[in-house]
Amino acid sequence: MQDILSLAATNLLSPIILSFALGVAAALARSDLNIPEAVAKGMSIYLLFAIGFKGGVSVADHGIDGTLALSLLAGVALSAVLPLIAFALLQVLGNLSRLDAAAVAAHYGSISIVTFVAGTSVLEASGITSEGYMVAVAAAMEAPAILSALWLVSRGGDSRRMDPELLREIMLNGSIVLLVGSFVIGWVTGVDGLVKIEAFIVSPFQGVLCLFLLDMGLVAGRGLRGGSGVLRPGVLAFGMVMPLVGATLGLATGLLLGLSTGGVALFMVLSASASYIAVPAAMRVALPEANPSIYLTLSLGVTFPFNLTIGLPVYVAVASALTGG
Amino acid sequence: MQTHQAKRVAIIIEQVMQSRLTSALEEAGVTGFTILPVLGGSGRSGAWSREGQVSRGTGMVQVVCIIRPERLDEMLEAAFAVVERHIGVVTVSDCEVLRAERF
Repeated sequence: MQDILSLAATNLLSPIILSFALGVAAALARSDLNIPEAVAKGMSIYLLFAIGFKGGVSVADHGIDGTLALSLLAGVALSAVLPLIAFALLQVLGNLSRLDAAAVAAHYGSISIVTFVAGTSVLEASGITSEGYMVAVAAAMEAPAILSALWLVSRGGDSRRMDPELLREIMLNGSIVLLVGSFVIGWVTGVDGLVKIEAFIVSPFQGVLCLFLLDMGLVAGRGLRGGSGVLRPGVLAFGMVMPLVGATLGLATGLLLGLSTGGVALFMVLSASASYIAVPAAMRVALPEANPSIYLTLSLGVTFPFNLTIGLPVYVAVASALTGG
Repeated sequence: MQTHQAKRVAIIIEQVMQSRLTSALEEAGVTGFTILPVLGGSGRSGAWSREGQVSRGTGMVQVVCIIRPERLDEMLEAAFAVVERHIGVVTVSDCEVLRAERF
């Protein structure tokens, strides 16, 4: 227990977490600190490319084992099942309409790629390696949750179909294309390819992530400030309980698959995180009557900060303790 | 200078619905429109600002098109089929254009 707390405290005081905290504090204090939109977009492209490429190189270097396909399948299954649990939990904790509850549930089945990137960074800083293909698992977990949410809505007698255009937009959204594309490039070019661009995608990574998380802190802080009156106490509690439920399922899945300490920790991170990019866009199209203030404030203003400050260190520490890593 | 009567339709809608709206307009025979970014605003769904948005699901755009008056109803029906359930504002105003053959 002492080791877990020690590791958690070390991670909590890392530059990336503190940069995020600075952003949240600045937004809550109504500072005019602002990262230009184009700069933030550029940083997110850099981070996604770097994390995808490094994942591909790792797979090329260590080879593929049978757990790749199983991990992908498990990721898809988790993404589909987590909304059902979230929906049931919301029936107990929150007093939301079926539409709002289903929309919120979709966010918690899908993933936050920024939380995933931060998770890999925390692992690297701790000297813990992970399976490179977890990048592909992250991409696979984006969409199934949306289908589960639409199914939940249709069970209430309100039939909603996933139109093909929406499905295409979700499957080919920029983040997924960049992540999977750079993963394939890294896989194809391997370590030789990494050597050629290492100075660009390895050394500056932590610094760029700090600035990006500063921006995310600002966004999360603004969301929290603007949406604080939207969430009832039960729904607010859901934003912190659901990540722990998801992380527990991710932990069990990672252990069953026999993944490394890093792999188990990343499965926990993916299962605990909530989408705030792909799913909100899909919900605006498929369930426009659902209140975006509720699901955006929950995923971006509550769960994202919770995972980044408390969740990540705890998930890494628990995975380390249970895998002997 | 000779001017011609026309209708200016401005539709503020969520960015995720933009391509669906413009496709519907094109299918209704609208040959031209302009898309403008919306910086922020406030309405029934609360205040929001473009600044710091991480999700295109929360952004808004304004689609402006100028058409001949006799084509207004057909165009509005096509647009309304898309925007009916969504956050947004549809306004129609009179305007004048110099080159009527372009609309």
